[in-house]
Amino acid sequence: MEATLPLLILVLPLLMFLFLGLFGKYLSHKWSGIIGTLGMGVTMVIAYYTAYTYFFSGDFVDAAGNRLQYVVFDQQWLSLWGDLSINLGFLLDPISALMLVVVTTISFMVHLYSNGYMRDHHGVYETGFQRFYAFLSLFSFSMLGLVVATNIFQMYIFWELVGASSYLLIGFYYTKPSAVSASKKAFIVTRFADLGFLIGILVLSYCTETFNFMSMTSSSVGEGLYHVDVTSAEGVKTMIESRAGQMFLGGSIMTWALVLIFMGGMGKSAMMPLHIWLPDAMEGPTPVSALIHAATMVVAGVYLVARLFPLFMVNELAGGAALDIVTVVGALTAAYAAIVACTQVDIKRVLAFSTISQIAFMMVSLGVSRGDVGENLGYMASMFHLFTHAMFKALLFLGAGALIHAVSSNDYTAMHGLRKHMPITHITFLIGCLAIAGIIPFSGFFSKDEILASCFGNSMVAYVWMSLVAGLTAFYMFRLYYLIFWWKEHKVHEGHHAPKDQPWTMTLPLIILGVVAIFCGLVPFSEMVTWNGHPHHAHINWTVASVSLAVSIVAIGIATLMYRKENSLPAKMRSLFPRLWQGAHHRFYFDELYMFITHKIIFNSICKPIAWFDRHIIDGTMDAFAAITNKASYAIRGLQSGNAQSYVWVYLLGALVLGGGTVAIIFLFF
Amino acid sequence: MLGGLALCRNIKQIRAVAVAGSLVLIGMSVYLLLEYLALPALTHEHPMHFYDSWVWFESLNIHLAVGVDGVSIAMILLTSIIVFAGSFASWSINQPKAFFLWLILLSTGVYGFFISVDLFTMFMFYEVALIPMYLLIGVWGSGNKNYSAMKLTLMLMGGSAFLMLGLIGIYYNGPVVDGAHTWDITQIVNNGGVEKGWQYFLFPITFVGFGVLGAMFPFHTWSPDGHASAPTAVSMLHAGVLMKLGGYGCFRVAMYLMPEAAQELSWIFLILTGISVVYGAFSACVQTDLKYINAYSSVSHCGLVLFAVLMLNQTAMTGAVMQMLSHGLMTALFFALIGMIYGRTHTRDIREMGGMMKIMPYLAVCYVIAGFASLGLPGLSGFVAEMTIFVGSFQQGMSEFMAGAGSLKLVFTIVACCSIVITAVYILRVVGKLLLGPVQDKHHLELTDATWWERLSTVTLIISVAAIGCFPNFFADLIRETFSGEIFKAVL
Repeated sequence: MEATLPLLILVLPLLMFLFLGLFGKYLSHKWSGIIGTLGMGVTMVIAYYTAYTYFFSGDFVDAAGNRLQYVVFDQQWLSLWGDLSINLGFLLDPISALMLVVVTTISFMVHLYSNGYMRDHHGVYETGFQRFYAFLSLFSFSMLGLVVATNIFQMYIFWELVGASSYLLIGFYYTKPSAVSASKKAFIVTRFADLGFLIGILVLSYCTETFNFMSMTSSSVGEGLYHVDVTSAEGVKTMIESRAGQMFLGGSIMTWALVLIFMGGMGKSAMMPLHIWLPDAMEGPTPVSALIHAATMVVAGVYLVARLFPLFMVNELAGGAALDIVTVVGALTAAYAAIVACTQVDIKRVLAFSTISQIAFMMVSLGVSRGDVGENLGYMASMFHLFTHAMFKALLFLGAGALIHAVSSNDYTAMHGLRKHMPITHITFLIGCLAIAGIIPFSGFFSKDEILASCFGNSMVAYVWMSLVAGLTAFYMFRLYYLIFWWKEHKVHEGHHAPKDQPWTMTLPLIILGVVAIFCGLVPFSEMVTWNGHPHHAHINWTVASVSLAVSIVAIGIATLMYRKENSLPAKMRSLFPRLWQGAHHRFYFDELYMFITHKIIFNSICKPIAWFDRHIIDGTMDAFAAITNKASYAIRGLQSGNAQSYVWVYLLGALVLGGGTVAIIFLFF
Repeated sequence: MLGGLALCRNIKQIRAVAVAGSLVLIGMSVYLLLEYLALPALTHEHPMHFYDSWVWFESLNIHLAVGVDGVSIAMILLTSIIVFAGSFASWSINQPKAFFLWLILLSTGVYGFFISVDLFTMFMFYEVALIPMYLLIGVWGSGNKNYSAMKLTLMLMGGSAFLMLGLIGIYYNGPVVDGAHTWDITQIVNNGGVEKGWQYFLFPITFVGFGVLGAMFPFHTWSPDGHASAPTAVSMLHAGVLMKLGGYGCFRVAMYLMPEAAQELSWIFLILTGISVVYGAFSACVQTDLKYINAYSSVSHCGLVLFAVLMLNQTAMTGAVMQMLSHGLMTALFFALIGMIYGRTHTRDIREMGGMMKIMPYLAVCYVIAGFASLGLPGLSGFVAEMTIFVGSFQQGMSEFMAGAGSLKLVFTIVACCSIVITAVYILRVVGKLLLGPVQDKHHLELTDATWWERLSTVTLIISVAAIGCFPNFFADLIRETFSGEIFKAVL
């Protein structure tokens, strides 16, 4: 394959960013929107073509039918220690091709949608509209750079860039203090996680003597072609020879490296306890939440683990605990987020917690992926769920955006009964809810079934746990659905318009994503995406599927009972478990805990004392020297006049004396 | 080549001359760079290109010896860019003639320092660079300027006293060439170096002498006060270039001439600089004056320079010089912007300002870019410098740890890595309070955005920062040569 087209996938969004960022203010709002959308559309087409060529041209499959990794180009960017160097390149393999499709699709939908969303009811564009499109392009560029990274340092580079673009977009409404502090929080929390990621990279690169994914996990089988094969990969060999198995604080060095890298993934993918930034990140414009905080950036952590999955496998076989840690963190987060989602009032926050919970599903799925369960079914299931989740969650967020735009509030109490006023939004939102609840034949059913089947094959505890969480998912989504679209509608006040469906730029993406969310479960994923490229024929495990279907339907039934019409059941439930409800409503006090740690401990007990110490002790010592000298000289000469000119004179005189003295000393020595 | 001396003809001191002079300087630096790239690689015998030497003071064997390698060229380039940007930033200063006179005297000292190979001449240029600082702060400064100017000068002079002692010691304990001791760095190294026993005494005092200027903990306190009171261009030059003299001197004199002592004693300074890095960052988190924040941030970043130099390996030391370039450019940018904001609002207290993004979008965007560079966003210079340092130090630390040689370097590398988080905290705190949020003071709404000379000044710096950030390999290759084990003996 020529390198030009894939290169364009990265270059186009970057050019859009520079163009809109530098010259956006000379363009009209309308045109910058159109240019941004068209640019992304072209990028999407090229990405589709690339992915299509990769999957279906047959050039990237070896004789045994395995899909190979293909390095389109790889250019040295900064050479470091010995053979270690940071390259910038473009890697095509099943998961990166998959992500290219996901990122460009959602990004295009969001670009299109924002043409309608970023205006008020009279069609007047918001200030900073060009800036918004510039940042969207910057984000798309960074995210695409991240998914095609050929080495872990390139991934880290783009990882930081997506973090920065997320910061810029969350803080888009920069005059609003809550948006400013949310953006700051998001950046700092993920930065803290990235510290772990960075140290993990350093440890891993010490063990494997490379940053390059191909050297770590694959063996070369031709010009730019690699086959994932942990037994013969250079990096793994070096790692085993370089005492990576040596124990350090209860884990082998390799386990530490992988766990630290996973910490970076936890930050970006909002795993507990580093999840606190994501609900606040909903302060950004809703299309941004759909693109960054639901479909693409937040799954970067899952993608990272998947990318390094062969190493996790090696670690697992060597008795390391890295994959188990991934599983446990994922399972705890999934349950936590699902419980909290049942009690939130702000619809975007419900969706945010739902996102956290669903990403945790993907993590669990990777964590339970073992060679003995249907050839690493979990890996495939995780990527499958990533794909379907991106579609239906973007759909839900864009739907939520349409609702918020219509009623100018995030609160479901301001909505109620909107099903008659906004039929398109209603239908598409319902499709999203059914998909996430895992009702056959919507896409979520297939991917969630694979995840549960993979848990089932690995451990009963994980299976039961995740099935219950899946039930909770159905419950809170339908609670949300009923509260928005059912109940008794609000009266329309005099002089206000009744909420109605939004312009075509907003409804068209909803319809497209709705259709995709119904049918994308039928894509034969197991043939296309597996951890080592070896195709695998998965079939639905009907035992698991029927149980999970039953659980979902029961959960939806309960939700219907409680929330379809205004009744006293929810209040009764609340009074039955007051503590639990209170705790969940306050997100189990994680934010308070963080506030305590950052403000009381770090700010007041570290920063302030250090600053005081610096001014009073260290500087005080210096001043004391000066004061003593001053006193002495005052006593002797009384020359202190406080006058700058006389200081200069004294100074020059002193310099002369000193200089003369020094020269004299030199001569004496000489 | 004689970039430093070229300045001496600018005696008329009007804006045009200052600008033309600095443009010529940039031109000459670039020409020097191109000439240099065409030359063959450096060797142990000839660690400097364009080497030349004239007798200056025969009885003491003092020469005016000059020569450059990749590091000095990078530093000269940095200085010319900052002088250029600085002249534009002080477009409307009072008494321009005298101001530019002193400013250019200062930069002459800096250029002279970077091209000197003779220790005595180097020291002389060092003093030439320091003394104008007193007047520039004392006369054109603001706030408690007399106190600050005095404090800065006295502390740096205190450092010079150590340095003087160290240099004289090196001279007398160095090898005898052609029947006399020599001040020439290359000759000292090529004829057996400094006597070993003396190294253990001379290395620490030389290092501390330069370290004071490099804002090493606990000798950094001149920096916050000095920067706070200095006028814009002086802050830019001082933080941007002058503090680099310290770092440059540390490895060019202290470590290059005394490799044995450097290897054995570096741990002491490693601890001090490691503390500097996090200490400066933590202090910056609670400051309310913009200049104090950046002064403490400089303590942290310059601490990282010395920290990396002390790692004694090629990668980390290359990273140290890149960090010097990067820090020089972005701090100059910061101080330029702070000066411009202060010139409009007449306050530097972040509690009294807010929403500048709405009032002066151009300056605010530049500030955000500078902030991103400072917290190490890829694509800007801070990231490549920090990553080079971290990779180099970590590999060094891990190798030593695995070989059973102690975990000091490893532990302090991890401590230094933590600074990336703390930096993000204080940078975003300022950005959030100063630039974003609601406007605090109604009077600020009438303020104007940047003028053309201010734009030119900031754009120059931003382009340089982005150039290093996007094409780091070019600079890394230029610098790396100096720190190969063959030329630089202290490298492990």
